[in-house]
Amino acid sequence: MNRYPLWKYLLIAAIVVGGLIYTLPNFYGEVPAVQVSPLRSNLKADTALMDRVESALKMSGITAQGIALDTTSVKARLGTTDEQLKAKDALQTALGDDYVVALNLLSRSPQWLTSIGALPMYLGLDLRGGVHFLMQVDMKSALAKKAEAYTNDIRIMLREQRIQYSGISRDGQGLTVRFREAALRDKALTRITKDMPDLDLRSEDDAGEFRISGSLKIEAQRRTQDFALKQNINTLRNRINELGVAEPIIQQQGVDRVVVQLPGVQDTAKAKDILGRTATLEVRMVDDDSSGASLVAAKAGQVPFGTELYYERNGDAVLVKKQVMLTGERITDAQPGFDGQTSEPAVHLTLDGTGSRIFQQVTRDNVGKRMAILLFERGKGEVVTAPVIRGEIGGGRVQISGRMTTQEANDVSLLLRAGALAAPMDIIEERTVGPSLGADNIRIGFNSALYGFGAIMVFMIIYYNLIGVFSVIALGVNVLLLIALLSLLQATLTLPGMAGIALTIGMAIDANVLINERIREELRNGNTPHAAIFAGYDRAWGTILDSNVTTLIAGFALFALGSGAIKGFAVVLCLGILTSIFSAVMVSRSLTNLYYGSRRKLDGVSIG
Amino acid sequence: MEFFRLKKDIPFMRHARLFNIISLITFLVAVGSLATKGLNLGVDFTGGTVMEVSYAQPPELERIRESMAKLGFAEASVQNFGTARDVLIRLPVKEGLTSAQLSEQALAALRKDAPNVEMRRVEFVGPQVGKELFENGALALLFVSLGIVAYLALRFEWKFGVAAIIANLHDVIIIVGVFSLFQWEFSLPVLAAVLAILGYSVNESVVVFDRVRECFRARQYRGVAVPEVLNAAITQTISRTIITHGSTQMMVLAMLFFGGETLFYFALALTIGICFGIYSSVLVASPIVMYLGVSREDMIRVEAKPDNDSGAVV
Repeated sequence: MNRYPLWKYLLIAAIVVGGLIYTLPNFYGEVPAVQVSPLRSNLKADTALMDRVESALKMSGITAQGIALDTTSVKARLGTTDEQLKAKDALQTALGDDYVVALNLLSRSPQWLTSIGALPMYLGLDLRGGVHFLMQVDMKSALAKKAEAYTNDIRIMLREQRIQYSGISRDGQGLTVRFREAALRDKALTRITKDMPDLDLRSEDDAGEFRISGSLKIEAQRRTQDFALKQNINTLRNRINELGVAEPIIQQQGVDRVVVQLPGVQDTAKAKDILGRTATLEVRMVDDDSSGASLVAAKAGQVPFGTELYYERNGDAVLVKKQVMLTGERITDAQPGFDGQTSEPAVHLTLDGTGSRIFQQVTRDNVGKRMAILLFERGKGEVVTAPVIRGEIGGGRVQISGRMTTQEANDVSLLLRAGALAAPMDIIEERTVGPSLGADNIRIGFNSALYGFGAIMVFMIIYYNLIGVFSVIALGVNVLLLIALLSLLQATLTLPGMAGIALTIGMAIDANVLINERIREELRNGNTPHAAIFAGYDRAWGTILDSNVTTLIAGFALFALGSGAIKGFAVVLCLGILTSIFSAVMVSRSLTNLYYGSRRKLDGVSIG
Repeated sequence: MEFFRLKKDIPFMRHARLFNIISLITFLVAVGSLATKGLNLGVDFTGGTVMEVSYAQPPELERIRESMAKLGFAEASVQNFGTARDVLIRLPVKEGLTSAQLSEQALAALRKDAPNVEMRRVEFVGPQVGKELFENGALALLFVSLGIVAYLALRFEWKFGVAAIIANLHDVIIIVGVFSLFQWEFSLPVLAAVLAILGYSVNESVVVFDRVRECFRARQYRGVAVPEVLNAAITQTISRTIITHGSTQMMVLAMLFFGGETLFYFALALTIGICFGIYSSVLVASPIVMYLGVSREDMIRVEAKPDNDSGAVV
């Protein structure tokens, strides 16, 4: 009666072997490595880059243990951390500013394991060291900025339409326009309603004064906030790339928050500085009058008076005038798209009121000339694009097109948007863990799990003899499967998560104790050994299920409402319950069946 | 080997009143302490900055306090953390100073005294985030309680659900109360431990209730009074109860002793929870079930329902 069909044994064996394979990568440890990834999306991580990395390393006399290429980067494994630092410097000088060279640790596990997706567990910041920031975007100021832009737009429009108004002002996120006559007010109201569908407008009369007060529609507010958040995330991503962090995480959290995690970063002061920095965008005229000669002279170091030399992204030099026509603050949006007539890829910019007016004037005066859009970061400027002005551009909608691929249009619009933060951000939570503490935490977590497991093992074997041995093996399989699952899912392992593993081991034995006690009881009641084993497993099952479901409920609630490290604990708790049900019931049963099931008649069960 | 060879049922229910009085007293002490002393909430919930720094030589805490006071943090708490060389500094939230500046300033001040001081950990939590973490924690506690009651009501009978949750909330209050009484720091991991205990300790009540249900249905207990059935069920499961909790406790003790300062309070909360978990599921939950007037008919009705339903649906 206590026999499993062959397929059940095979299935259990297969699961255990699978667990073993996916647990393996955790035992190989890590090697120091450098990771090279392109800073811009038009540069690809390809075999050419791999060759460059290889030759650069060879030139500086460093032998890499292996160079691997993946979708976003080239990674070179190195023997020692000294070599790693040397390689980083060598690669940075060889590849220049277009690539990020970051220090990283790679798993030492063999290639065949990596190729089947068997990776070591993903360690949280409290175990590997690093910085965690939670940043809050100041949405009020983003909305105020938008209202300010509309105030300017309305002012310009009324002037253009020659509608007389007595005043216009912004208070917080709303705006008010005042008129002396009702007729003028009504005329303006129709006009604004037509041109600015994002505004909620009301007309008010008060003591001989006629007013229009407006505010952003809820939907437009949401769009503005969304845009501000996305732009801030883009900006942060661009900046963090410069930090040379191997695996940064930048994620939206809730409606107005951004999580930034920088594993391995120690210099938090620098990280904070870079995250808080601002970038600027400028529109200037290209000095094309003296195209040939002065450009050559400028390249040689003799820049003509009143101009500056900048480079385009493809390396072309552009001589631009020092006078700034327009700054990036005037850009409210930049989207990739296509030219309406030629269907060429293009970037559509939206300027605010003042920006539109200036732009209209500049383009009217400079038809046929080139203008340059420059991005400044860390005091270093770069020409994003330098198109020829084809005609006067009014209305604040600017299209940049010509000699662009769709990819480039995407990049440019991203750069234009990501150049600056849309709204200020505050750090509202910071957690920094030094590398020594991270290593200590791993040791601590591992040791407590190990000693606890040892104590339980000794106790179970003494108390339940052979059946105890089966329970301990089942418990071992439980730990194995839990680690395999965590590795497979690449769930973040934190110190509370490690405590969760330890706690799960303690709780998982509960199922086996239930079964073993039940077997003893059945034996005591005078049942035959076979019947006792059968009844023990059979009757304990319902109880095991019930008692685990309640812990699972607690786990889910912790996962849903917990943050960071607590989430890690919840994940481990939930997964641990699932694996423990399998191992305590199936694995220990299969061992018992394998040992006792083949014998027709049993004299007794070795259960102490 | 066997610890419990019980020939006779232990008359737990006869002493139910005594246990209830003990429970009530501990409960009142816990609530009283919470009301008067409150919880020593960690930086996770109050907001503020915590820095852990490590020195090559054991530093003088007084000098660290002085340099913090010079920065304008007279109320900074400075204490050893684990070893004499590690120091934990707590700084309250200060208006107009961002976390970035604050921790850098503090570290710079410490470096002046001891250039080789190593920054081990910085945690800054804004007051807003702290409030949210606290609210989410309370919400999680509520959800877990409701979820467990719902599950038990579905699986058993509402009387069991109510009894189990009262017993376990009693555990939770006592854990939190002990943390308040000794003014131990109540941090996010401690909250996680409390919630884990809530789920875990219900296990215990479930196992006992499972056996109660089985006994009610068994032929040999037909005609036996309810308290006697409860006694029998508890006696039959007591061995398992103590052994499983003992094993879990072994694991938790390993964390308590080897888990360092970080896991210490987490393990401590679990220890209190496990000890009171045994007590409450046996000696609090079962009497409540009895007071709620559980009867054999409850079990039979629950069992009979699905049969009728399935017939009607198909």
